[in-house]
Amino acid sequence: MSGYFSDLYHGTKSLLVGLGVTFREMVKPTVTVHYPRETLTITPNYRGHIELVCDEKTGGSLCITCGMCARACPSACISIQSEKPEGSKKKILTGFVLDFTRCSLCGICVESCPTDAIAYSQEYNLAGFSREEFHMDLLDRLGKGGSLT
Amino acid sequence: MDTAFFPPELLRMLIAALFVVTVVFVNALFMVYAERKIAGHIQRRPGPYEVGWHGILQTLVDGIKLMTKELVIPRDANRMLFRVAPLLAFTPVVMPFLVLPFSENLIIIDLDIGLIFILTMASLNVMAILVAGWSSNNKYGLFGAMRSVAQNIAYEIPILLSLLSVVLITNSFSMRTIVDAQISGLWFCLIQPLAFIIYLVAALAETNRAPFDMPEAESELTAGFHTEYSGMGFGLFFLGEYTNMFIVSSVAVAVFLGGWSGLPLPMDAWTGAIWFLLKVYILMFIMIWIRWTYPRVRFDQLMNLSWKYLIPFALLNLIVTAVIVKL
Ligand code: SF4
Ligand code: SF4
Repeated sequence: MSGYFSDLYHGTKSLLVGLGVTFREMVKPTVTVHYPRETLTITPNYRGHIELVCDEKTGGSLCITCGMCARACPSACISIQSEKPEGSKKKILTGFVLDFTRCSLCGICVESCPTDAIAYSQEYNLAGFSREEFHMDLLDRLGKGGSLT
Repeated sequence: MDTAFFPPELLRMLIAALFVVTVVFVNALFMVYAERKIAGHIQRRPGPYEVGWHGILQTLVDGIKLMTKELVIPRDANRMLFRVAPLLAFTPVVMPFLVLPFSENLIIIDLDIGLIFILTMASLNVMAILVAGWSSNNKYGLFGAMRSVAQNIAYEIPILLSLLSVVLITNSFSMRTIVDAQISGLWFCLIQPLAFIIYLVAALAETNRAPFDMPEAESELTAGFHTEYSGMGFGLFFLGEYTNMFIVSSVAVAVFLGGWSGLPLPMDAWTGAIWFLLKVYILMFIMIWIRWTYPRVRFDQLMNLSWKYLIPFALLNLIVTAVIVKL
């Protein structure tokens, strides 16, 4: 019998306090963002998929086709094609494909690039209907919207 | 219209049936929307927002989706009982509308035993839950159903006792007489505050809503007794739940909160329904508010609350009332 009435008193009191808390929260403005119409600003630290960096001077890529990134990638998702034009000393990049379905976003490729030719994008709207949509041709994207400087 | 073909009684029946169905569906549409909106705002988010202005059409669209879905019957389920259970859950919660006193003229039939009729119908609901849980051949369903039976037995007693203490004063089970007694005197929530509180708590448990939603405890029993139901079978349980909320709130309004009485309006005999509905929806708002405030009680706490607190207090209240009425 001991505690019967004090249980009743304290129980009722705490229930009423709880109701008060939720009521106060209810009349406060909402804190969520109406996503497709409103978006939050993304922090510069956001690490999306990698993207080739656009060279401001030439408008092309900074990549020297050394292949370090492809070798460093633990998931082997980068494949690079290059060719050496007649009479030129340097190879030029002709294909840079990222298989994003396997990328673990570890960032080792970005770390290992000697010329800082790749960087993280800010893209987070990543949804698609087929696997092939995520075999991204980064060279193709360079200079079109997705490129970084 | 030539009423010679229609015996007025038949016409009344038709109008009543239409009225009841309309109220049931509109109430459910509105309440689901209100519940989701209030839940949203309590959690500082907007709730449904995309379909129509501020999501106002969301429940309509959901309803259409539910109706077009397939009713899957699990293998090894008792097919007949499985099909019957949703109807069994839905019919008894519609019946009490027949005796609810919306206003002086808006009352379909004023039975002498109106209150008893409502309570009888309300207790049929637990049958439906048991049948649903039993026939779906699913352990979660069965657990939910069993809990529901235990809970409803425990909570029907305080409901009865608290309503009885009002009946002792009015000397009648007729809903109209009970409301009339409050119009000429004080509202019974002032004369019988304890009975009122006990009724509210027990009614919350009777509707199987949080914090007393043991039969469908999502986190423990997936969905409890309606785990296996899909499409409109589930839809009927859902309709039943919201209609049940409406019924218990209406009974509370009629018995404790003065029914249709309020500030005088023109055409009082009809427009009193506005006051009635206003009070009902205030009570329903409180029920939603409670649901989104408290966590679910444990089963032993549930039983303790009823047997150790509600029933003794209700009994005490009844005895005191009886003695005072006798004096
Ligand atoms: S982030 Fe990691 S896994 Fe992805 S491409 Fe770069 S090295 Fe490979
Ligand atoms: S490591 Fe940098 S420079 Fe070398 S291939 Fe990769 S992106 Fe090009």
